[in-house]
Amino acid sequence: MNAANPYDRGGARLLDTAAAWTLALLWALPLLYAVWTAFHSPEFSTRFHLLAPLTLENFAKAWAAAPFAKYFVNTVLLVTIVLAVQLVLCTLAAYAFAKYDFRFKTLAFALVLMQLMIMPDVLVVENYQTMARIGILDSTLSIGLPYMASAFGIFLLRQTFKTVPKELDDAAAVEGAGVLQILWHVYVPLGRPVYLAYALVSVSYHWNNFLWPLIVTNTVHSRPLTVGLQVFSSTEQGVDWAVITAATLMTSGPLLLGFLLFQRQFVQSFMRAGIK
Amino acid sequence: MAFTHYPAVNTFISSFFLAGKGGAAPEFVGLENYRFLLEDKIFWKVLKNNLVFASCTIPLSIALAMTMAFLVNAGLPGQAWLRLSYFVPTVLPMIAVANIWLFFYTPEYGLLEQVRRFLGFSGVNWLGSESTALYCVIAVAVWKDAGFFMIFYLAALQQIPPSLGEAAMVEGASRFTYYRRVAIPLIMPTTLFVLVNATINAFRMVDHLFVLTQGGPNNASSLLLYYIYEVSFKFWDTGYGATLTLVLLLFLGLASILQFGVLEKKVHYR
Repeated sequence: MNAANPYDRGGARLLDTAAAWTLALLWALPLLYAVWTAFHSPEFSTRFHLLAPLTLENFAKAWAAAPFAKYFVNTVLLVTIVLAVQLVLCTLAAYAFAKYDFRFKTLAFALVLMQLMIMPDVLVVENYQTMARIGILDSTLSIGLPYMASAFGIFLLRQTFKTVPKELDDAAAVEGAGVLQILWHVYVPLGRPVYLAYALVSVSYHWNNFLWPLIVTNTVHSRPLTVGLQVFSSTEQGVDWAVITAATLMTSGPLLLGFLLFQRQFVQSFMRAGIK
Repeated sequence: MAFTHYPAVNTFISSFFLAGKGGAAPEFVGLENYRFLLEDKIFWKVLKNNLVFASCTIPLSIALAMTMAFLVNAGLPGQAWLRLSYFVPTVLPMIAVANIWLFFYTPEYGLLEQVRRFLGFSGVNWLGSESTALYCVIAVAVWKDAGFFMIFYLAALQQIPPSLGEAAMVEGASRFTYYRRVAIPLIMPTTLFVLVNATINAFRMVDHLFVLTQGGPNNASSLLLYYIYEVSFKFWDTGYGATLTLVLLLFLGLASILQFGVLEKKVHYR
């Protein structure tokens, strides 16, 4: 990505650079600070000393103080299940919306669009009651269920599927492919970049989600990392900042690492998802 | 085919609607909840907080996002690093970064305090005083959102043909004139998209409250969704919680009207 515009190359560059870096530093500061604190012993939490000894002790302490292993398993399980179901449901729904005419289609699609605005985590009260009624409170399923038929996914994939020319469809049909085969062999491969973008958004969303999981879970058995971290930092630990930042970094670590590794694709897929 | 999936979509949609009707249930016990709502001082306070929250976070995060996008698009040295630092807050769990911010705000030895003391000011209890708590929460929200919105602006900026910039330069337009008259109008559709998202976020983003203030002190930093949580799951008054949810839905509905009413007509380039 090069600077395409001559104005972005011109005179005030030095000033721009200074401003850009100041802002960047400000934005990265919390994370840098957390990294500093987590890798040093508690007495260096509040004062900087370039030669302060590095330590992993905080991570060990945090890991021992709460069942983080279980939280990790729960979160990974949650993210995987939700994404898998989302991909299947959204693909099918988007295909139906893009290629078929059926009664109340416009209405149904309007309802999907409405869900874009009003996401399930706003309706916590009602959703909680639903979960209680089905009797699956405090399970990974109950955290994921409201998000499985994702409007964002349906919308995104529908837009993509609409751009597939009808001729491809017909050609495949002539070859004797069934509807599902066409979907699988023609549409899904063509939508690959969108799938990637969507998967990244979904994973980071559900890894980070907090309020809804907080409400439906109440034991170690089903809690995801975010809720686990909250329970951990509010009750057991008081003000041992070094340990808390270590736990904080552990919680966001895998996602952060994944982000650093796939930075380019990540940002680009977000961008692609943005151009609707 | 359509008929096997249509029910699946439909079930989901109706479940969504059932949820929406939650506000209707209290009507069977009369309008008691609504009367209580009107008399509920905390509700009005929280509503006011949320409006302040929205009117600060929305313009601030949009302005910052636009600035970031311009900067990051300008081919400055270390571009990749800049982009990375702006965007990183977006991928981190709000609940996790709130822990770090909590430390910044801590009285006596928090980072903000150390800076203030270094400059010779006296201590302030940032999160503990009614006048500052809400703004602390706002700062975290802006920090979290700006980098995310930047991505959309960046995408939009990269679609502006460079020839426009060259033409403006030939015409002798200044840099700021170019931004004001060419670039910013061209990315208007993105601004609307971001605006809607920012509005939704302003009424939805509460995770950091759990760590930072718990809505306090004296509800000074509480927001609508947090109050709904408190009423429904701390005091178990789900009927009233549903009534409050309806108010929240009203605001989100307004945001969607904005989306469909204005965005659908598309903002045309001047």
